[in-house]
Amino acid sequence: MTSQTISGISDDALTHRLKTEGIVLEAFPFVFRIKSPLAIVREGLQAVYADYPVLPVDSTFVDFHVAVVSARRVPRPLCVFEVDGARPFTPLAAGEAFAFLEWGMNWCVTGYCHSFLTIHSAVLERAGRVLIMPAPPGSGKSTLCAALVLSGWRLLSDEMALLDTRTGLVVPSPRPISLKNKSIDIIRGRAPEAHFGPIAYDTMKGTVAHMRVPADSLARAREAALPAWVVFPQYKAEADASLALRSKATSLVQLADNSFNQTVMGRAGFEALARLIDSSDCYDFTYGRLDEAIEVFSNLPIPR
Amino acid sequence: MSLPSIFVLARSVREPTSLLSLSVGEWDLLIRQGRNADLLGLIAAQCDATGVLDLVPAGPKMHLVSALNMALRQQIEVRREVQHIHRALVAAKVPLVLLKGAAYVVAGLPAGRGRLVSDVDILVPQDSLNEVESALMIHGWQSDGHSDYDQRYYRKWMHELPPMRHFKRGTSIDVHHAILPLTARLRPSSNKLLQAARPIGSNPEVKVLAPVDMVLHSATHLFHEGELQLGLRGLADLDRLLRDFGSSNGFWDCLVPRAVELELSRPLFYALRYARFLLSTPIPEAVLRSSAEAPGGRRNGLALAAMDALFLRALRPAHVTCSDRWTPLARSTLYLRGHWLRMPPLLLARHLGHQAFVALRPLPTE
Repeated sequence: MTSQTISGISDDALTHRLKTEGIVLEAFPFVFRIKSPLAIVREGLQAVYADYPVLPVDSTFVDFHVAVVSARRVPRPLCVFEVDGARPFTPLAAGEAFAFLEWGMNWCVTGYCHSFLTIHSAVLERAGRVLIMPAPPGSGKSTLCAALVLSGWRLLSDEMALLDTRTGLVVPSPRPISLKNKSIDIIRGRAPEAHFGPIAYDTMKGTVAHMRVPADSLARAREAALPAWVVFPQYKAEADASLALRSKATSLVQLADNSFNQTVMGRAGFEALARLIDSSDCYDFTYGRLDEAIEVFSNLPIPR
Repeated sequence: MSLPSIFVLARSVREPTSLLSLSVGEWDLLIRQGRNADLLGLIAAQCDATGVLDLVPAGPKMHLVSALNMALRQQIEVRREVQHIHRALVAAKVPLVLLKGAAYVVAGLPAGRGRLVSDVDILVPQDSLNEVESALMIHGWQSDGHSDYDQRYYRKWMHELPPMRHFKRGTSIDVHHAILPLTARLRPSSNKLLQAARPIGSNPEVKVLAPVDMVLHSATHLFHEGELQLGLRGLADLDRLLRDFGSSNGFWDCLVPRAVELELSRPLFYALRYARFLLSTPIPEAVLRSSAEAPGGRRNGLALAAMDALFLRALRPAHVTCSDRWTPLARSTLYLRGHWLRMPPLLLARHLGHQAFVALRPLPTE
């Protein structure tokens, strides 16, 4: 059975469905029902979720019922994110509607999915092993993640690792890569064929745009994999690439700091993090040029 | 008049095995309503205890496991927090009497299983309030009431101190010296409650209310409060307590007389009525009858019909699938009623006027 995708729905039909019953979007391992009367949301979905399955409204279990609706028209139009009728955030400029949807969807996962240990990080895979890059905003994590994806790494997530505490495997949750400010043009320059969603200007994070996930990463969304590398990246303009092993103890502490729900997961969560660090090599990585960074990552040895 | 059904949710609270036959659409509704009503942890805990959890389809199971993990975590924290509070109160030589969620959890009652508990409520004698407050402050709790008005409002009129927060752990405690505001029309005796309180397990210094009093407090809290956003969870607490205590000797015989003694027959009447109506809580007919006939128990025909119309709406989860066009009106009416019950008219007018003034005033800039 071939399932329907967003790209298989006409503009008019999609507009109508988003305004009325909504669409049920499968972004493995989560299912979102999305409603929005705003054209920019429809355009964003078409641009970066083109190949995601759209499931039947009536016969699918939905994890999160979300919407971005208009909150005010004058003097400056605003929009607001809703999850199941509740509005957890204050309204934003209407031009940020699609970015708002993305942030809201991330919030649903970090706020309600304590069946996984969630770690704020970019997650990629090569040769069956997973690279986890936890990092604060401004460290160049997403830019590096996008560049690695364009050079053949499989994207598991640009935003968070979902660690199955029983198996120790990281479960993919591939969604569009969020790029900010200069990174948008840098990545566009490297991949003119990549698809981008609507650009949101002057957000709290600056200018934001989302890049579509490569077809291969999406097709393999159900393949969980074992971590091998935990790398803490730091962008420094013009710096030479430098990769240095770091202690496992401080890596564990910092990884726990980057976890959204390590305290919720209690002992099982801590032990799963410790096992992850035990079986991975941990590095600090400074870089100033993406090509050098890609080279370094392609030579990362698989831990014994 | 038919109200939106919460049948699936209500049945899952009492019969976890009923979950095994849910359709996809019913699962979807259950998780949405249950999350909204803060009942997923309770449902998950029951599924876990009865072996049903492993048979739940993967989609909804994730949400149940998530809620269960969250509840288990909070319960660990509540237990530890109670130890900290106990240490502080030992210095003040005041016994620790836990109320509500913390009491259910620490006493290991079925009502505590899977329940979310974010802060600890305690009851202390009014004449040791100062000692308790300073003992807590010495041990790191600070008052959360910001304005002078808030401080005065709590201290002069309410039944509790302004919430206190621990400066390091961020945990919150509500110190009650009564179960209803000082200005309320009903004045249940706190001393009677404190005298009947019972130790938990081996430590004679950590106590909870006696079973009948625990039910009466839960009922009073639910049916005197104006905020019923989590009303169904409050009713589920009552359902658990009644099912649990109802099987022990003498409980049902004591319940109504104790309510009369504490001037709490009205909240008990509502509690029994709506728990049976919405959650099918098993209550002996004789108890229902005597709670209705107790002085100040049942309301008369028209007033009762009005209260039914209000409570049966407001006790449903605050979710679009269980609201009708009258639900917002029911909620705001009960909000006003909550205030009406807690203070005399002039004081109420003054308080609401102050709240409106604060709400309209521009926020201070950072």
